Amino acid sequence: MTTSVHCSRTRRGIARRAGSVLAAGAALAVVAAVGRAQDTARGVHIGLSYDTGRKPGVVVLPILGVGGDSAHAILERDLDLGDRVTVITGGPAAPSADVNYALYKQLGANAVVQSFLAPTLLHVIVHDVGGRKIYQTRDFVVTAGVGSPDWRLAMHAASDQIEQWLTGTAGVSATRVAYVRDGAVWVVDADGYAAHPVSARVGALSPTWSPSGRFLAYSAFTPRGTVIEIQDLQNNTVRTLVATPGGLNSAPVFSPDGNTIVYAHGDEIGTDLFAANPFSNDAGRRITVGRGTDNTQPTFSPDGRQIAFTSGRSGHPEIYITDVDGTNVDLLTPYEFGDQNYRSGPDWSPDGRLIAFSSLTGGLFQVMTIGLRDRSMKQFTSDGRNEDPSWAPDSRHLVFTSNRSGVKQLWVLDVESGRTRQLTFGPEARLAAWSRPLLRGP
Amino acid sequence: MTRFARVIPALVVGTMAAAACHKTPAPAPAPTPVASAPAGPNQDSIDAARRDSIARAQRIADSLRAEQDRMAAALAAARNTITQVIYFDFDKAALSDQDKATLDLKIPILNANPGLHIRVAGNCDARGSDEYNLALGQRRAAAAKRYLTDHGIDVSRIDVISYGKEKPVAQGDTEEAYAQNRNDQFEITAGGDTLKPGQ
Repeated sequence: MTTSVHCSRTRRGIARRAGSVLAAGAALAVVAAVGRAQDTARGVHIGLSYDTGRKPGVVVLPILGVGGDSAHAILERDLDLGDRVTVITGGPAAPSADVNYALYKQLGANAVVQSFLAPTLLHVIVHDVGGRKIYQTRDFVVTAGVGSPDWRLAMHAASDQIEQWLTGTAGVSATRVAYVRDGAVWVVDADGYAAHPVSARVGALSPTWSPSGRFLAYSAFTPRGTVIEIQDLQNNTVRTLVATPGGLNSAPVFSPDGNTIVYAHGDEIGTDLFAANPFSNDAGRRITVGRGTDNTQPTFSPDGRQIAFTSGRSGHPEIYITDVDGTNVDLLTPYEFGDQNYRSGPDWSPDGRLIAFSSLTGGLFQVMTIGLRDRSMKQFTSDGRNEDPSWAPDSRHLVFTSNRSGVKQLWVLDVESGRTRQLTFGPEARLAAWSRPLLRGP
Repeated sequence: MTRFARVIPALVVGTMAAAACHKTPAPAPAPTPVASAPAGPNQDSIDAARRDSIARAQRIADSLRAEQDRMAAALAAARNTITQVIYFDFDKAALSDQDKATLDLKIPILNANPGLHIRVAGNCDARGSDEYNLALGQRRAAAAKRYLTDHGIDVSRIDVISYGKEKPVAQGDTEEAYAQNRNDQFEITAGGDTLKPGQ
């Protein structure tokens, strides 16, 4: 099998590989053990060659320019954390204009990333070591000051594009994770850096991103009940959702088009899911009819047509799926009668194939996934208490809360390799939500 | 805090009055006439009157204090009854017979004090999910409110809120801590300064 992936076009690559359309099939047959990142657009096949079943090796060269050291560290770390390439260290310690293909081949590299940082742009050249040629090149606009949040985001966006060139799948570095710490909403870059609070300490819970990344919604305690706040990160204004005044309003989530917010509203006869316009004062519309039970933690299918949620309607919290109009309610997770275990906290993967959730087993939560097609389940954690998973845009990485280090922190898991890393440090962190991509390369 | 605001000044005034009476004879230089003047029967009757007066003031102060104590005790008892916590089983919001008995004691006090408003806060143990527990706590608080309103208490006098597992009273991962944290807490939000006992 070959690694068939999509890449952006470059004139150079097209020039060198043009005419290989007819040869492509034969080439794949001949080099059966060679993976190929390729672009099928316009019938032109170009690509970086590497062995299938093995991650391509990449050397990131030191970067010339003000902030070059930071930029180099970010690119190298992002590519490593993406889990799709092997970052090879031990290359030259100083920036160089020349690329010694023979040396990098010896180091096991398939690609070399060479960059130059100017005041307003990052110039990136990706070399194909096997082909001994320039494979891709692009200028990424960098307007923000070195080390600022926007500057970091620009570096992350470059990393994600490089990962796209190397593997055919964009990285998820230019994303952030929102979470709860000390009663406030905090945000951290996907690489674990630049953690900072964005909300006041309002007893915040359940932060969630709008698809564009401009808004964060979360619940906040007030003396008269729990409200949903919608914070505009561009101008830091906060508005309170009044679609269902009073009582409990919690666990908000935006629809994939960003035009609807769905949340759990509880009054004196149970808690049900409601839908509302996040930017108007119109009344909310009831979705679930729980008849006095608890229905909460909604998550949208990527097409926006269905919602998975937690319900205790059978006397036992389990994951259910409903159409957005409240019809076609279906139990998703298998139900064991009479025990004290339960399932909660669903998050639908952006590719639509899986729902991650927490399963309370023997008094401890563990992170699991269930397939939408065959309903097969897989458990990913066993060390300590692990809960509230949230998918990265690549449907491959999950951020979740774990107490395995002794205090609740956020951890990131690659569901394909099982590689796990700690994302947050310091005081307790929980209830993570992974954003969609916040910036794409030009 | 507010309940003391009214009790303490009264106690302080009573105590000061008693102390003032005690002290009057002790320094005694004020009426001192001539040092050599002999103490006659007149002086004895003055002393006796003074002692009577002191004793009378003492009795008044004592009875005042006893009344204050009685009132404080009655207030405290009523408040204890109103704020008496009720407990739940794991992942359940149903009221046990004991919960109902605890709530039954609150009803006469609520009836005797129409100005009394309360807030019921539902809480959960540390085991469940943060968000699901918010809904569960809401149902626990609502269960107590419904019981009280079913027994004639006006709905406008009872607010409910859920803190889920955000405000545990007991720390740790023991069955005892879990059991203590699955509760409804009752807080007086208005009309708690003076409380008549229930009939």
